[in-house]
Amino acid sequence: MSLLRAKIQDAFNEPGCEKNRGKDAKARKEGCSKPLTPGAAAGGCAFDGAKIVLQPITDVAHLIHAPLACEGNSWDNRGAASSGPTLWRTSFTTDLTELDVVMGQGERKLFKAIREIKEAYGPPAIFVYPTCVTALIGDDIEAVCKRAAEKFGLAVVPVNAPGFVGSKNLGNKLAGEALLEHVIGTVEPDDAGPYDINILGEFNLSGEFWLVKPLLDRLGIRVRACIPGDARYFDIACAHRARAAMIVCSTALINLARKMEQRWGIPFFEGSFYGITDTSEALRQISQLLVKKGADPEILGRTEALIAEEEAIAWKKLAAYRPRLEGKRVLLNTGGVKSWSVVHALMEIGIEIVGTSIKKSTVEDKERIKQILKDDNYMFEQMAARELYAMLSEHKADILLSGGRTQFVALKAKTPWLDINQERQHPYAGYDGMVELVRQIDLAIHNPIWCQVREPAPWDCQPAVREELPRVKNETATLHVVQEFAGTTAGDFGEC
Amino acid sequence: MVRILPQTKAAAVNPLKSSQPLGAALAFLGVDGAMPLFHGSQGCTSFALVLFVRHFKEAIPLQTTAMDEVATILGGADHLEEAILNLKARTKPTLIGVCTTALVETRGEDCAGDIANIRLKRREELAGTEVVLANTPDFDGAIEEGWAKAVTAMIERITRPGEQARQSKKIVILPGWNLTVADIEHLREMVESFGLKPVILPDVSGSLDGTVPDRWVTTTYGGTSVEDIRELGMAVQCVAIGEHMRRPAELLQRLTGVPYVLFRSLTGLKDADRFVSLLSAVSGAAAPAGVRRRRAQLQDALLDAHFHFGGKKIAIAAEPDQLYQLASFFIDMGSEIAAAVTTAAMSKILEEVPAQSVQIGDLGDLEALGAGADLFVTHSHGRQATQRLGIPLMRVGFPIFDRLGSQHKLTILYQGTRDLIFEVANIFEANRHASTPEALDPLRKREMPDELRPSPLARH
Repeated sequence: MSLLRAKIQDAFNEPGCEKNRGKDAKARKEGCSKPLTPGAAAGGCAFDGAKIVLQPITDVAHLIHAPLACEGNSWDNRGAASSGPTLWRTSFTTDLTELDVVMGQGERKLFKAIREIKEAYGPPAIFVYPTCVTALIGDDIEAVCKRAAEKFGLAVVPVNAPGFVGSKNLGNKLAGEALLEHVIGTVEPDDAGPYDINILGEFNLSGEFWLVKPLLDRLGIRVRACIPGDARYFDIACAHRARAAMIVCSTALINLARKMEQRWGIPFFEGSFYGITDTSEALRQISQLLVKKGADPEILGRTEALIAEEEAIAWKKLAAYRPRLEGKRVLLNTGGVKSWSVVHALMEIGIEIVGTSIKKSTVEDKERIKQILKDDNYMFEQMAARELYAMLSEHKADILLSGGRTQFVALKAKTPWLDINQERQHPYAGYDGMVELVRQIDLAIHNPIWCQVREPAPWDCQPAVREELPRVKNETATLHVVQEFAGTTAGDFGEC
Repeated sequence: MVRILPQTKAAAVNPLKSSQPLGAALAFLGVDGAMPLFHGSQGCTSFALVLFVRHFKEAIPLQTTAMDEVATILGGADHLEEAILNLKARTKPTLIGVCTTALVETRGEDCAGDIANIRLKRREELAGTEVVLANTPDFDGAIEEGWAKAVTAMIERITRPGEQARQSKKIVILPGWNLTVADIEHLREMVESFGLKPVILPDVSGSLDGTVPDRWVTTTYGGTSVEDIRELGMAVQCVAIGEHMRRPAELLQRLTGVPYVLFRSLTGLKDADRFVSLLSAVSGAAAPAGVRRRRAQLQDALLDAHFHFGGKKIAIAAEPDQLYQLASFFIDMGSEIAAAVTTAAMSKILEEVPAQSVQIGDLGDLEALGAGADLFVTHSHGRQATQRLGIPLMRVGFPIFDRLGSQHKLTILYQGTRDLIFEVANIFEANRHASTPEALDPLRKREMPDELRPSPLARH
């Protein structure tokens, strides 16, 4: 445990973190995790965070050493996509029983489980995750993993992030530490080249990295390792030979990027593939870093040409949505897909941003938000569900873009909603992804169900036609009424 | 006689179970104005919550005591108290259902003692809110046990004990967790059609049926009222559905003298008949015309659909009572049970499952045992195995996250059995393979009676 403590402190001290740099020494020491309020807490634990980061590694067996709930309640629940192996979607857990806990059989069961997995599936590596109970009863995971690795001749990686040590975000970072300590740099590639890069913090949700990779391919840039989206174990083991790195979800794996720079001299930048300008900027920066590390500078020109071509196409596609979406009001409530360039693209086609959460924003971000939002609009740290519901019920926004947590707040307030967090069904990265996002916003806002669900029930509000019934005098009018009742459009009765 | 095979693997592959506290929370969610509270680290709650939301497509009230490292070492009583007070202040629930998790149970916390202290110390603050405890460590049982424990705990804590004046028309129904929203609604209508007044505990049909309320509510809205739970003792009869509901039914009988009848399942013609006979006996009323009509429809469904069922090999993985319910249903339709997998060995009902053996295990076991089956029957997590094997999957139980409307699927009594029959027959229809000359060629792949089989050496 003392080792784990040190790692947690280390994660909190992360100098690569923008937010952290803004704090004084004392505040930094206290760490980033705010104490949770019992009875009013939301969000996953450190184990959840660690698993989120590592599980998309597709050819690895992920073994959760715990009683049932940790894995049984959570497996196969994320939309990362694989272009090949499916082993990552198979769930493995030691499913500790009362007897195992009482009799102290945890370590033995874990060792046996590793053997069974090795024999039945032969994966290149097994990642072992202890959780609250196995940490509490003192199972020595590191020792079991070490012994099993020697005995069975495969990599067995302990991922030490039991739930009670902290939040999901801390778990993300501890997962990065596990890769650094046990995986990256353990294999030497025989094909390292001047155009090799790593992408860190890209999860390939809904396969969205495949909207970006062809662009890199066009430029002759090879993704040595994308961590973790659609990754293979050996790609990650060789990741230390990349020439440059881009970090996509900076809060999750910034420590990994910084330490890889320190250890292997791989320069990195923080970027995003969400939005048109950000995608272009990311391509530009990748090429620039590669040139700095010795690649042929001609790539810069090719990159600019590709950007110009792709941007032109994307803007043209987006322009088609302007007449439908101009003046629509978007409320953003997410720490996920919210790069400035998304906001920029939305505003470019005439969408208004009426409010945004700033929970995960840096000081710099907040300044930018103030400039973007108009006077009557606002930013909020965190909005209680009830408040959000009230705001949406009063039709202060035409659509809410958020994560699953507030999905039903919007829907119950009869307001269009689009998932832009991890459970989303559509890929939003790159130029085409931005067009897809706008298309989805358009589909959500203009779906005909909104008129229907907002329609009052007949017994609450008699349709105007009904009141006319007694006044009907001649046959034509009767016919008219009958037709209106028979009509198939809701428009006959409502305002839409 | 069915053999019950214990789990021998160290690594569970593709778990069948959802956790015990999740089952308890589900039961509490069937009470009006309720707020389930997991006593453990925030991840325990987060995982269960996400799973509930994926299944019901609803906002689900569920909170956590958010045990951190310090509380894990020093004890979680303060966290429990703070959580209860916070919930009371913020959401004003009529019931807080505390479900313990593996974390606090491994620590060996005296949660009952802690809650007794909190109730005493905070009597004024907590006025109007019942705090009920279910001891549900994750390392034991699954949804079924958790559900039954929560119902037992509610009766124990809330129901007024002692013999009381009986209302001749009132009957208590304690449904198992595997009854859907549609099942509960149908059950209520059926009981009411005999002129009886049912009190159903828990009643998920009021709270998890997916409606659009006109305000934001943070607790459950709808479900059994706490007042009704208090007055359970005034019923003339209790009906428990599923072996796992025997304990709460026995407790109710012990506390209040209300006699109970236990139905292992309400699916299938014979069990539906038994239930209708009971209602007739209790109410003194004859079966209404609508009920008779439903029975005739079921008879016809049996006739129309039995062609599709005969000889079919079915692989089922479900919690014990649901396994019994479904295996019996398929056997009654002329199918065979090729594989039966369940979550825990404790339930007595397993001895009654009409299969040669029941494996205590996971979906990995189902995939291995059921490889030659015509149909897999389990929850949504079975989708990977059935894709690999190319066998159709009928989704039942919890969680069902890749199909909509599972709560509105009827599975009990005449009408539910009829619907189930059609659902299965349609799956078989949709997956029918057309005949090919190769498949039918009598000289290829011939299955020889053993005594006629040539020796391998003489083959050429």
